[in-house]
Amino acid sequence: MNSPLLEIKELEVSINENVILKGLDLIVKKGEIHAIMGPNGSGKSTFSKVLAGHPAYSILNGKILFKGTSLLDLEPEERSHLGIFLAFQYPIEIPGVSNEDFLRLAYNSKQKFYNKPEVDPIEFFTIINEKLKLVNMSPSFLSRNLNEGFSGGEKKRNEILQMILLDSELSILDETDSGLDIDALRIISNGINNFMNSEKSIILITHYQRLLDYINPTYVHVMQNGKIIKTGSADLAKELETKGYEWLEK
Amino acid sequence: MVNQSNKVLNTNITKLVNQDYQYGFSTTIEKDIIEKGLSEKTIHLISQKKKETEFLLNFRLKAFKKWKQMAQPEWAYLKFPEINFQNISYYSAPKTQKKLKDLNEVDPELLKTFEKLGISLTEQKRLANVAIDAVFDSVSVVTTFQEELIKYGVIFSSISEAIKEYPDMIEKYLGSVVPIGDNYFSALNSAVFTDGSFCYIPKDTVCPLDLSTYFRINDQQSGQFERTLIISEKNSQVNYLEGCTAPQYDTNQLHAAIVELIALENANIKYSTVQNWYSGNEFGKGGVYNFVTKRGLCSGDNSKISWTQVETGSAITWKYPSCLLVGDKSQGEFYSVALTNNYQQADTGTKMIHIGKDTKSRIISKGISAGHSKNSYRGLVNVTNKALGSRNYSQCDSLLIGDLSNANTFPFISVQNSTTKIEHEASTSKIGEEQIFYFLQRGICLEKAVELMISGFCREIFTELPLEFAAEADKLLTLKLEGSVG
Repeated sequence: MNSPLLEIKELEVSINENVILKGLDLIVKKGEIHAIMGPNGSGKSTFSKVLAGHPAYSILNGKILFKGTSLLDLEPEERSHLGIFLAFQYPIEIPGVSNEDFLRLAYNSKQKFYNKPEVDPIEFFTIINEKLKLVNMSPSFLSRNLNEGFSGGEKKRNEILQMILLDSELSILDETDSGLDIDALRIISNGINNFMNSEKSIILITHYQRLLDYINPTYVHVMQNGKIIKTGSADLAKELETKGYEWLEK
Repeated sequence: MVNQSNKVLNTNITKLVNQDYQYGFSTTIEKDIIEKGLSEKTIHLISQKKKETEFLLNFRLKAFKKWKQMAQPEWAYLKFPEINFQNISYYSAPKTQKKLKDLNEVDPELLKTFEKLGISLTEQKRLANVAIDAVFDSVSVVTTFQEELIKYGVIFSSISEAIKEYPDMIEKYLGSVVPIGDNYFSALNSAVFTDGSFCYIPKDTVCPLDLSTYFRINDQQSGQFERTLIISEKNSQVNYLEGCTAPQYDTNQLHAAIVELIALENANIKYSTVQNWYSGNEFGKGGVYNFVTKRGLCSGDNSKISWTQVETGSAITWKYPSCLLVGDKSQGEFYSVALTNNYQQADTGTKMIHIGKDTKSRIISKGISAGHSKNSYRGLVNVTNKALGSRNYSQCDSLLIGDLSNANTFPFISVQNSTTKIEHEASTSKIGEEQIFYFLQRGICLEKAVELMISGFCREIFTELPLEFAAEADKLLTLKLEGSVG
């Protein structure tokens, strides 16, 4: 039996006394891709940050189970080690820290957590070189400062690179497609499709149907006002593309 | 939206920054301390205790007279209660009388103290490539490797010793770079200084060891007023390091030092400081008031003076290591990392005065402010009309941690000829919650994240430090920020 990787029940979340998520339910099993769509301000990005454990949000009610364990008491870095990855909508620039050092440190932190040997910079270079090819990035990216001066497309590719490197089980991609031209979208989608297998799950947060032309979702959910109000197949996304969200209201 | 996340961030930051100060212990030792207060009588007393010459006594009295006519400067971006100069003792020395040549004679308590600070003075354990002058409150307790150095003609001693042994040099150079009346605190220091280090590197000599002074304030009531004088003759070279710590008291101690460097033709002096005086507690109580005048004179052609400082301690830092570029083609450099946390305040920077032709200066300043602290860079680049073909490059970067700290940059540039090139760059960045969350999400813990960001930010400065210091400085900054970055 395929037991759920992620199970969310009646999740209520606020930030500064504004309730953003108002009773969200979601079950994600291994091998599934869930697309979450919805109008601006419906709570999609909040949802992604809450899963990753962002400290600014307060959980008012409900539960989040990941592989049967509650995430609510876990620190962000512990969640990361357990296999949760968030590809940020706006990856932040970190001056003075090279991409390579950052990637190696992230990789080694996970190695250490699982009592595996940490790798030295030379071994790491071999590992990361393989992964770079998967997202069509040149090794020159490694010596640049983390996200600093990266174009929008480069930042998003760098996120996918990290996802592949950390080999996460549940990846939440927050509008990874926004701001990408067609070529970049194709490269990133390829990277994601190659990465995906029956042991992993992905939550895709997106505004646009066009990403779903490349990545085939198992389910499409519509989020509105902090809840999932409709769930359907890939066809639902097409319907939304023509009709918008208003017909779902009420 | 902002408020709540700030709260979370700041608690985390506070946790990381507020690592205990590990040098906060004090040593109980029998001491010779004079009564509090400052008058001509005090100066006579100090001079008498030190068995000084007429020249020095007059030097002191002249300085005291000047000082009385001066007022404490108020232009710095610092706020602190008025200092009661009558409530300070101007001389405090461990009771052991004469200057020791043999370590076995040094009070074991003192050796233990320095041992605890990581400075080993005993023969077996001391660093093989660094000679150390250890200054405890008002006096130098021991200087290592003196005899070895003298074989090369290098004089490395306490300044008190130099005053006795080399009076000609003292008369010639003392106060020649920082005149008695240069500023309020230099006048005070000139009146009451008690010890410090003296280095003389003869012609055509590369000093075979790094020279270093370690300053320790121990007594709660006394101030430390030391003076360092380094003379580097034609074609000579020296690397000098300075370290400072003090116990944790809830009152403020005053530290007002003077450092004078003189580089003759083709000489090269590199002066590095890691300043870690006690900085006060998390509520801003206690800590050292650090008012320092450091200045180097590049008097010879092609001479070079380079200042590197890592300033992490003190409640108040007021310090502008400067270079007077008098010789043609002489060079001045200033590399600085200043970190402030809690309620610390730092107003620090440099002055580059270009007088000779084709002189060059380079300023790289990195300020890191966390907690409620204030961190200001203040710099002057002054190119006179004779300094044709001169160049300056300045870069001032500030890094803010959290939302309550404060960073300022006050660069002054004055150029009086048309063949000079000046470049100035400045930037401000921030370690905020979102940066940290990015690291955490990738499984990198808080301490590692901060370490990586800080050492990235300071890289250009740390590469200027001697190897042993660089590693220490890196560790020190991370320690100081522990608890501060969330």
